[in-house]
Amino acid sequence: MDLQIALLLGQDGITNGAIYALLSLALVLVFAVTRVIFIPQGEYVALGALTLASFQAGKTPGTLWLLLGAGLAVALIDVAGSLRSGSRRRIPGVMLWNLGYPAAAAVVVLLARPVEWLLPAQVLLSLALVVPLGPMVYRLAFQPVAEASVLVLLIVAVAVHLALVGLGLLFFGAEGSRTTAFGDASFQLGSITVTSQTLWVLGSSLFLIVALYLFFGRTIYGKALRATAINRTGARLMGISTVLAGKLSFLLAALIGAFSGILIAPITTIYYDTGFLIGLKGFVGAIVGGLVSYPIAAAGALMVGLLEAYSSFWASAFKEVIVFTLIIPVLVWRSLTTHHVEEDE
Amino acid sequence: MKIISSLIALASIATVNLAHADINVGVIVSATGPAASLGIPEKNTFALMPTTIAGQKINYIILDDASDTTKAVTNAKKLIGEDKVDAILGSTITPNSLAMIDVVADAETPMISMAASSRIIEPMDAKRRWVFKTPQNDSQMAIAITEHMSNSGVKTAAFIGFSDAYGEGWWNEFSKIVEARHIKIVANERYNRSDTSVTGQVLKIISAHPDAVLIAGSGTPAALPQVALKERGYKGTVYQTHGIANNDFLRVGGKDVEGTWLPAGPVLVASQLPDSNPLKKSALAYVNKYEAAYGAGSVSTFGAHAWDAGLLLANAIPVALKKAKPGSKEFRAALRDALETTKELAGAHGVFNMSANDHLGFDQRARVMVKIEGGKWKLAK
Repeated sequence: MDLQIALLLGQDGITNGAIYALLSLALVLVFAVTRVIFIPQGEYVALGALTLASFQAGKTPGTLWLLLGAGLAVALIDVAGSLRSGSRRRIPGVMLWNLGYPAAAAVVVLLARPVEWLLPAQVLLSLALVVPLGPMVYRLAFQPVAEASVLVLLIVAVAVHLALVGLGLLFFGAEGSRTTAFGDASFQLGSITVTSQTLWVLGSSLFLIVALYLFFGRTIYGKALRATAINRTGARLMGISTVLAGKLSFLLAALIGAFSGILIAPITTIYYDTGFLIGLKGFVGAIVGGLVSYPIAAAGALMVGLLEAYSSFWASAFKEVIVFTLIIPVLVWRSLTTHHVEEDE
Repeated sequence: MKIISSLIALASIATVNLAHADINVGVIVSATGPAASLGIPEKNTFALMPTTIAGQKINYIILDDASDTTKAVTNAKKLIGEDKVDAILGSTITPNSLAMIDVVADAETPMISMAASSRIIEPMDAKRRWVFKTPQNDSQMAIAITEHMSNSGVKTAAFIGFSDAYGEGWWNEFSKIVEARHIKIVANERYNRSDTSVTGQVLKIISAHPDAVLIAGSGTPAALPQVALKERGYKGTVYQTHGIANNDFLRVGGKDVEGTWLPAGPVLVASQLPDSNPLKKSALAYVNKYEAAYGAGSVSTFGAHAWDAGLLLANAIPVALKKAKPGSKEFRAALRDALETTKELAGAHGVFNMSANDHLGFDQRARVMVKIEGGKWKLAK
């Protein structure tokens, strides 16, 4: 192992680590606000990437039908709920977002031939299809049991994961896809070559992390999310809707997931079930941060990426073992250093 | 009242007779889970199989085992216990097929596996008497690769395979026979089907300067190491296994997989076979039938293993019918005997010549070397 190989591995590890970091941030966010350990986080990675790949292959992505179906289900439940409680004012808004928006998306996808569009437009359309699935999944699967214990929420999360993976297989088939790179340029940095896609991944990750920081620190919605994360009951007493907070956190999680997928799709082949393992590595990062700290989670995820890169060079057969064994000393260390509060359930 | 009850009695006799007239074939495929890219074309193939053989109606009962060993065993028990099947075709992958052997042998039901490992039918014993298989043994394919390597002057080789039974199986076969050809293995690496990066493994391989690299993976995941090798400027020859032989691999690999060599069943290049090849007709028959149903370019070699299993059964059923009635223990035994005496049956992948000790019965006609040229599979002359 000479210096050049070490540098190349480091570059690879940081690129992957940046993606894991994004996912670990989303996991921490969702857990802090809704107490859901969001196993399906990785599925948005696969759905985002494969939707873009479908557009580029000139096909209609199955996520469109998922959006229409989920929107219809949400609309039915919410309209029935509004009628029962007599708050009819809400109905037009519900119809607009859950029926009108998916229908508009369907018209664009089916009539506008996205295969001929420029890449940024394709990316935006893919995000437009996948990201709304975040709040819809929250409405359908988690909102009805929002007050349940962490264990119940975890089991629901596993069920959602299995359902989304199954749908992914149905929509996109068992074989993988790649998308075209954001740019062909590459740069010489000392003795190693850095492709523009790597810079895109790093730049976008940094941008998203800073954006999240500003969102939580400077905006009223971000502060509301933080308030809900710190004390649900207290936040509710201050007039913050926990439902809105839940939907908002799932929207952000879906956005981060889908965008991560779109970022790495030109670097690697994405399959309908790729998301789970990527999400799991983000989860290791989130665990390092104790599911509460954003900076430590991001640092942990970056470390997972680097560890993975170097262990794939030294002992490729044991790469996953090494990465997932890492979680044990971290858990021991955390349980020894932090004061554990029993959750009252 | 009396008339009604006697009518019911008559009707029930009639249905019992009907049930006896049909031959029930249980099918277990891995249509979901990690082996879905193999299981789906197999499942599609069963929709194309003959529904009557020698005047008997054939019912195919298709179950999915989700690439899960326990589920495969449960399915096999269900097919035998509830559906009273006369034969079982499946499963898609080796671990599942191995686990099903005990079940089918206890129930004395013949089984034809669509999985590759030779361990499914070797060593022959009282249980494996009931088990047959259609795909080429990995060792047959490994011999083809090493032969090609030494003929093209390869002195050093590197290996990178899936970190599962597929990669391990290939490593065992390949490392065993490659020494005899005076080829030195300079690197031995593993990666996961779902890995997003193989940079580490690829850098290690390149720094060992091998003349050739063998990638043992299946389907589109096998493209990742090759694309990474190309990216890092590797100039040697790349070999793949027959696990990649579907058109999705060419789509994902694109120009990075040009010039790849692989061994494969003749069905992959059926239209390029010389007319004198006995397999040209039987392989093309499958390709045409599949593409007529699912679209041009949709055919894969995995579905052809299922087709061959169906052919073996269709060939054995008329023989067994002469000895016993379907649905009986005697019929299943007769079916087993008939399968074992299959002679010169041309399928999509090869010519079957079974014997008491060889429940596959392929010779070297069952494999060809193929090169990827211009985004197409090209038969090596």
